[in-house]
Amino acid sequence: MTARVFVPRDSAARSVGADEVAERIAAVAAARGIEVDLVRTGSRGMLWLEPLVEVETPQGRVGYGPVEPERVDGLIGEGMLDGTASGLGPVDELDWLRRQQRLTFARVGVVDPRSADDFERHGGMAGLRAALAMGPEAVVEAVVDSGLRGRGGAGFPAGIKWRTVAGAEADVKFVCCNADEGDSGTYADRMLMEGDPFTLLEGMAIAAYATGATEGFVYLRSEYPDAVVAMEAAIDAARARGWLGEHVLGSDLSFDVQVRVGAGAYICGEETAMLESLEGKRGQVRAKPPIPALEGLFGRPTVVNNVITLASVPWVLAHGAQAYAEHGVGRSRGTSVFQLAGNVKQGGIVETGFGVTLGELVEGFGGGTASGRPVRAVQVGGPLGAYLPVSRFDVAVGYEEMAAVGAMVGHGGVVVFDDTVDMSRMARFAMEFCAEESCGKCTPCRIGSVRGVEVIDKIRAGEDRDANLALLDDLCELMADGSLCAMGGLTPMPVRSAVEHFGEDFR
Amino acid sequence: MADARSARVREITEAHLGLRGPLLPVLHAVNDQLGHIEPGDVAVVADVLNVAVAEVHGVVTFYTDFRTAPSGRSTVRICRAEACQSVGAEALAAHARDSLGVGFGETTGDGGVTLDEVFCLGNCALGPSVQVDGVLRGRVTPDRLDAILGDL
Repeated sequence: MTARVFVPRDSAARSVGADEVAERIAAVAAARGIEVDLVRTGSRGMLWLEPLVEVETPQGRVGYGPVEPERVDGLIGEGMLDGTASGLGPVDELDWLRRQQRLTFARVGVVDPRSADDFERHGGMAGLRAALAMGPEAVVEAVVDSGLRGRGGAGFPAGIKWRTVAGAEADVKFVCCNADEGDSGTYADRMLMEGDPFTLLEGMAIAAYATGATEGFVYLRSEYPDAVVAMEAAIDAARARGWLGEHVLGSDLSFDVQVRVGAGAYICGEETAMLESLEGKRGQVRAKPPIPALEGLFGRPTVVNNVITLASVPWVLAHGAQAYAEHGVGRSRGTSVFQLAGNVKQGGIVETGFGVTLGELVEGFGGGTASGRPVRAVQVGGPLGAYLPVSRFDVAVGYEEMAAVGAMVGHGGVVVFDDTVDMSRMARFAMEFCAEESCGKCTPCRIGSVRGVEVIDKIRAGEDRDANLALLDDLCELMADGSLCAMGGLTPMPVRSAVEHFGEDFR
Repeated sequence: MADARSARVREITEAHLGLRGPLLPVLHAVNDQLGHIEPGDVAVVADVLNVAVAEVHGVVTFYTDFRTAPSGRSTVRICRAEACQSVGAEALAAHARDSLGVGFGETTGDGGVTLDEVFCLGNCALGPSVQVDGVLRGRVTPDRLDAILGDL
C-alpha cells in the first residue's frame, strides 16, 4: 500500500525546513521499503505548525506539526505514514480551521498547486464555466451584487470598476493583477499564488470575459521568487489545458496572462505606479483622473485588482453573489483573509466574514504573543495602517467600522507587538519607511517624510516636546491632505495613532 | 571584453522586443545574467529599445533590484519591516552588520557577501526573516544567522 503524504512547498514552510522534512520522509520511507506518494501542497496557513505534515487515512488527512527534520525518523517509527502515530488528528477538524469560513482559501494547503487536475477535482473552473454561461453583463452584475470590494486596501467595489471597463471602447483592454504585496504583515497574496495559483488565473479570466479584456498581467514583487515560479508553472499548465489562450474552454473568450516581476519598489503596489512600472518606467504615481478603468495600462481601459479580490471572484460565480454577500458586516460583504503576524503565538491565515473583532483575531485565533508577554499594540493594514491598543479589541473589523476608529482594514495584515515595543520608534520608522519608499513625485510625501523623521527624533530626544508634537501633527495633516497617493497620505495614520494611543512613549 | 559585454546586452534586449513594455524584463535579465548593470549597458539597451539613455538610466536608478556595481558571491537580505521588528529584527540587523563588518548595501572585502535590507519577505508569522541567495529563512536568531553565514 502506498502512503499518501502531504508536505507544503509554501515558502514560509520551506523557511523553517519543509524541504528537509520532505527529503527525510522520502529517504526514511525508502529505507524501510514503504512506498510513499509525496505531494507538495501550499500551506494550510497555520504557520506556527509548519512544517506541517499530513497523511491520508480513511478518516481524512491527519496532521503532524511542527515536524523538525530530526523528528521524521522517530515519527515514522511510531507509525506516522499510516496515520497511527499520535499527532494533531484530522486537520479539517482542528478548531482553528473549523472556526473559519474558507471561501477564497478553500483549496490552499489542500491541493497540489502544480496540478491542474487536482485544481479541477476540487471545484476549480466552476466559476469560469458559470460565468461563460451567464454572459458578460450578468457576470459584472453578479460581482456588483456580491458586494466584493478591493482587498488590496482601497476597498473600492470591484463590480463597479468592472462595469466602467466593460463600458469603455478601445482596441485592447487589460486585466492587471496587483501582486506587489509589499505591506509588512501581509502574505495572503503570496500564499494564494504559491498554494492555489489556478484560482487567480480563473478569476482573471472571469474579469477579462466580463470586461472584454484580452491580455492580463500579474505584477509580482521580486521578493517572492517562489510565487513567480508557481504562477509561471500554472500559466503554462493553464495554456496547455485551454484555460488561457484562444477560445478559453471552447468559448469566444481569448485571454492570456503573463507574469511581470517588480524590482524592489514598495510604491509599485500603488495602482498607477504599478501601471507605470509595467510600461517600463520609473514607478511614479499618476494623478487621477483619469482613472485606470478608462485610461490605464498604455492608456487603455484596465481592470486593476489585488490577488485576493480576483481570486475571490470564482467562488462568487460558482456559488452565487447572494451566498457570498451573506457573510460580512455592514457594507463589508463576504470574507476577508486576515493575516496574523509579528509577535503572535499562532500566526497564520484567518479567512472569516467581516465583522470578526480584533480581539477574536489576536487573542482567539492568535493566542496572544509569541513571547508570552502582554499584547500592547497591533498594527492593522500594513505600514500605513493604524496602531491600536488592546482597549480597541472590541472593534468589528470592516471597512467603515475601522475607519470610524481612525484605522483601516488595508490588506488584512494584523501585526502584534508585546509590551517591549517603543511606539515612538515605530512612529519614526513609519516616516523613515515613507522617506525610503516615496516615489518623489509630490512634495508632502517626499519632503514631509524626511521632516517627519527629524521632528520625531527631536521629540525622542526631549527637545521642545510640546511644540514639536504640535509640529508633527501639523505635518501629518499636510501629508494626509496634500499627498498624491496613499503612501504620503496614509503615513500619518500609524504616526498619529501611535501618538494618540501611546502618548506616554513620546513623553 | 567591453565589446563582448555590449553584444551580450544587445542580444538580451533584442530577445525581449516582442513584449509590451519590455524595459523591466530586459533590465532584470541583464542584472541576473551579468551580475549588474553598467553605464555602457544602459546605452545599448536604450539604443535597441529606441528610447533616451536618460530614460533607461532613470529606471535603473529608481529600482533597488538593479545593481550598478557587482555584488558579492552571496547576497543576504535582512527584513526590517514591522512584523519582523516585533520579534527582534533590529537586533538581528545589528548583529549582521557587526559580524560581516559592512553596512546595508555593502559587500565584504573578500567579495563574499553583500548585505542588504529588505522591507517584507511575506514571512511575517515566522520572523525574523532573511533571504539568502533567493531562499527564504524564518525564525532567524543571531546564532542561526551565524550558522547560515558560516555555510556560505
